[in-house]
Amino acid sequence: MERGEEKMSNIIETPEQAKQDATYYQALRELLLQLADDDLLISFRGSEWLGLAPHIEEDVAYSSITQNTMGHAVMYYNLLEELGEGRADILAHDRQPDERRNGCYLEKRNGEGMYLEEPYYDWALAVVRNYFYETCKKIKLEAIANSSYQPLAHVARKVLMEHPYHLAHWKLWMKQLQSSTDEAKKRMQTRIDEAWVEFADVLELGNLATDMRKHRLVTISEEEIKDKWLDEVKTILVDLPEGPVGKKYGSGRNGEHTDDLKQALDILAEVYNSDKAAAW
Amino acid sequence: MKEITRQEEIFNVLKTVDDPELPSVSVYDLGMVHDVRIDGNSVEIKMVPTFAGCPALEFIEMNVKKAVEELAWVRACQVKFTMEIQWSTDAITDKGKEELKKHGIAPPPENFRPGDEWTVNCPYCNSDYTSMENIFGPTACRSILYCMACRNPFEAMKPVVQPLNTNY
Ligand SMILES: [Zn+2]
Repeated sequence: MERGEEKMSNIIETPEQAKQDATYYQALRELLLQLADDDLLISFRGSEWLGLAPHIEEDVAYSSITQNTMGHAVMYYNLLEELGEGRADILAHDRQPDERRNGCYLEKRNGEGMYLEEPYYDWALAVVRNYFYETCKKIKLEAIANSSYQPLAHVARKVLMEHPYHLAHWKLWMKQLQSSTDEAKKRMQTRIDEAWVEFADVLELGNLATDMRKHRLVTISEEEIKDKWLDEVKTILVDLPEGPVGKKYGSGRNGEHTDDLKQALDILAEVYNSDKAAAW
Repeated sequence: MKEITRQEEIFNVLKTVDDPELPSVSVYDLGMVHDVRIDGNSVEIKMVPTFAGCPALEFIEMNVKKAVEELAWVRACQVKFTMEIQWSTDAITDKGKEELKKHGIAPPPENFRPGDEWTVNCPYCNSDYTSMENIFGPTACRSILYCMACRNPFEAMKPVVQPLNTNY
């Protein structure tokens, strides 16, 4: 306990300092990959909606949120680059599915069909997914705004200033569609029930969760993140699904993923793969 | 004494480098300049990014470097974006706010508290009879509004400030 307490007061200001403790470094690296990959995948799926949102103002709003979220991913990849984990571009484009740390639910296809062919995407999925994710993101950001790793704490504080607009946007859609027509209600409930059995790994921190907490990379535990998230979504969901939140496809935090991730990465990196040495 | 003059020279240059997406509003007036250090003929400028997803940052970095290096005594200028402090719309100068208005962009509200409703006056006729059409606009920092008085659509900078009740 004494050792733990001593660690609590330690502030790590530079990549060099972070590397002095191997456990600290591993936990930090893992956390940054999770944060970066989550934002990357949800914004990739968001980018596929460009031009397809239900109305023109929504198209402007959703693409703005998506672009900004991609910017958040870039900041985390940059922190990894500063740690010597390789160039941010390569980290985003050129890692195998089993090296990816995003929650499985975030890689899920937007619906049936393909962007360039017949995109029969489901708006209910977009709304539920983004609302669940942004709610979780807020809780996590607050838990790293006082992170022992100063460069990460700074990024979290910045993202927290922009994030309220994102969350408010999806919360409004949730409220409106859940009190709309019978068809809307039914489609929303289907996607809520689906998310309920898939979302859990998004809320989790993976195998190194204990180290992350011990080194104060995050200031609350995984259990607290889940409890806070549940308290929040309970205020919005009209019909709360029964049972605990599950992770049907395993844990993306440990590199377990669905085929949808491969499909996403193939498209995401198509241009990059066509000429890896090009400067964009 | 000489150093102070040089510092002022740099700031005068920064007041002429515009945000690529807001021509005539300088990066200085947007509150993006955090620190200027001069060491002999080298200059290091620390800047604060506005929105994270802003694609203009790389252009701004390039333009600032180029403009400062045009000063006869500057051999090299290094521009770094820092996250040490967080940009907020409160950092926009009064001149910046005036320039935004000339562009048809209403400046952010003053003394805004997160969660507050805010009224936006039309940058053309100053009426407060306006409506928010879309909180998200053509760039992350802007919203789209409509003025019922002069019947013009316009944009506004959305307030970005630190959330309340934080312990950091
Ligand atoms: Zn007007």
